Amino acid sequence: MSRNSANGGANRSLPSRLRSRFEGPNTIGESRGFWVGFAVAVAVLVVYPVFGDGSQLSLFMVLALLGLSLSVVWGYSGVLSFGQVVFFGIGAYTFGVVSINYATPGGITAAVVAGIVGGGLSAAILGYFMFYGGVRDVYVTIITLVSTIVMHTFMAQTAGSEWAIGEAALGGFNGMPDIPLLTLGIEGASYQFIYNPFPMRVIGIGAFEISPFYYLVLLLLIGTYLGLRILVNSDYGRVMVAVREDEDRTEMFGYNVTRVKFVVFTLGGALAGLSGVLYAARNVYIDPTVFSLLFATLPVIWVSIGGRKSLLGAVVATLAVEYLRISMAGELALVLLGTLLLVTILVLPSGFVPWLHEQLVETRLGPGEAGGADAPDASSEVSD
Amino acid sequence: MVNGINLALQFLDSFAFIVLAAAGLAIIFGIMGVINLAHGEFILIGAYTATLAVTQLGLPLVVAMVVGGLVTGLFGILTERVIISGAWPNYISQRTLGRDVIDPLYDRLADSMVATFGLSLILTQGARIRFGNSIDQIATPFGAISYGAFSYSTYRIVLAGVSIGLLLATYYLFTRTDFGMRARATIQDKETAQAMGVNTDRMYMLTFGIGSALAGLTGALFAPVISMQPTLGDQFLVEAFVAVVVGGPSVVLGTALSGGVLGAILATFSNLYGTFIGRIALLVAALIALRFLPDGITGFIEQLRQRRQESD
Repeated sequence: MSRNSANGGANRSLPSRLRSRFEGPNTIGESRGFWVGFAVAVAVLVVYPVFGDGSQLSLFMVLALLGLSLSVVWGYSGVLSFGQVVFFGIGAYTFGVVSINYATPGGITAAVVAGIVGGGLSAAILGYFMFYGGVRDVYVTIITLVSTIVMHTFMAQTAGSEWAIGEAALGGFNGMPDIPLLTLGIEGASYQFIYNPFPMRVIGIGAFEISPFYYLVLLLLIGTYLGLRILVNSDYGRVMVAVREDEDRTEMFGYNVTRVKFVVFTLGGALAGLSGVLYAARNVYIDPTVFSLLFATLPVIWVSIGGRKSLLGAVVATLAVEYLRISMAGELALVLLGTLLLVTILVLPSGFVPWLHEQLVETRLGPGEAGGADAPDASSEVSD
Repeated sequence: MVNGINLALQFLDSFAFIVLAAAGLAIIFGIMGVINLAHGEFILIGAYTATLAVTQLGLPLVVAMVVGGLVTGLFGILTERVIISGAWPNYISQRTLGRDVIDPLYDRLADSMVATFGLSLILTQGARIRFGNSIDQIATPFGAISYGAFSYSTYRIVLAGVSIGLLLATYYLFTRTDFGMRARATIQDKETAQAMGVNTDRMYMLTFGIGSALAGLTGALFAPVISMQPTLGDQFLVEAFVAVVVGGPSVVLGTALSGGVLGAILATFSNLYGTFIGRIALLVAALIALRFLPDGITGFIEQLRQRRQESD
């Protein structure tokens, strides 16, 4: 809000020009205070494995990538997809199949790429059929939901020996065990990220081990978050948001709405694929529960609770909800999760993080000055 | 010849399954613009109520099934008041906080999906906590008919008859009665309907109740033939959603037509290649249908009708 583009130009310092690429009306957090807080949060995450369970947090961060993929597709482009787990699962299975068949460092690195491409490609195929076929709004959601159920049915019946790709048996409900350990690089110059703890010794704390996988995921998560911030605050990001708010109006302005949705959906698929690759790599195992209805709706839960129009909300809510879900692992966990979801969507439809941000901004400006919070939602207008 | 009978019976079976699975969902979606992701759990409530009414209370099967439908309908009305319209929480918050806390979910498709999914999590897990992973089943009534070397459960043929009867009753209710007139007026133009003295709030409540009751009745009808577990609603979801998508905006006609078309596809492919391929064929058919008929079958019919009117 303090950013003034007319004022910008060559006389601004490099850091502030760099910073302006991350900021814009489509993300929250553009004050100096936010970036200080962000740096503190990253620092906490960097030292967290010394004190807490880094292995568990690395799983949550992998899932946060999946949450981010839905936030881009749904929150910024208005396509509610229950199919992110399809691309997640396809990415995971592709990684498994390729790496089992070529279990060398180079092969495993290629498997990572194959998993991401697999996720993106499957999203592109489904997206092409839907968006270029004129499928809109809720029908897109229903088709993605149905494809999840079909993938679950399909993978669950692949138990027989005829369902094998090369040496990799798909394994039906039992899943695909013995996925090779994630190793990046080529023969001779590679590094193993899983089960390769790095011993450390710090005076005052003592000896401990840190997992390189944790830092790989942390790096990827921060990189993806910042990269998506650049995307949604770019000109293309503004078009995405325009598509979300009113497709017909955006079309009238001469933008190819179908292509924007197709491109974003494919990007979201690739990101979900990356998340799936890391998930399979971390667990060294993948099974069809990633296609189950519950898992398919988890991203929607994270993103709804955190705030669908906020990338930060998606990440924070994924970490928080998954932590809650694991720590309440009793039979009441799902009931509480459902209640949380229900109450959030009814009382705070825009999500928790934007609400918190609004409260913070209001206290800083004083009530009445924080305009725009009650601006009408264009998507609620009747378009035809 | 015998194979032909097999195919015909399988078609009837698929048709009944699709129509019954989709009916409640289609009414709630078509009239209220609410996607009820707890549809499977409404079916669950109907199935459990009917089963428990027979095994615990010893009610006759037919009565138990009607009870299953009614209980689910009442539960639907409760859901509508508390979650979908937020009328009751808002009534309380008006008295205590002096403002509304919930916006109605009508025509907020994405939000309604998320909210009802939350409900579905609660209901499934609630059923598991209360009743365990399965409950005792009621026996399939009526026995079987045999022809040639085959035999077929009579009950499944009865189901097909019941599904046609329900379609006709729903059609009659929404096109020939005063209630149906008001309900359709509410769909077409809520403000005008209100101005003409229709209590649209009550229409939404009753419509949701009727849709829920149909879902519950579906569950009750299938209670003797499916296994009684908390996730039993899931197996209806694919067919229900596909039928609603393919059927298009006109609720009853759309459900009947998509039930016919999809039933034929499901029956043929299941008969030839097994249940799984049947389901895949169903999805592919839905994708193709949406590729060429984005507004579903009834949207296409409506388009044809308009074109003919223009050329006249």
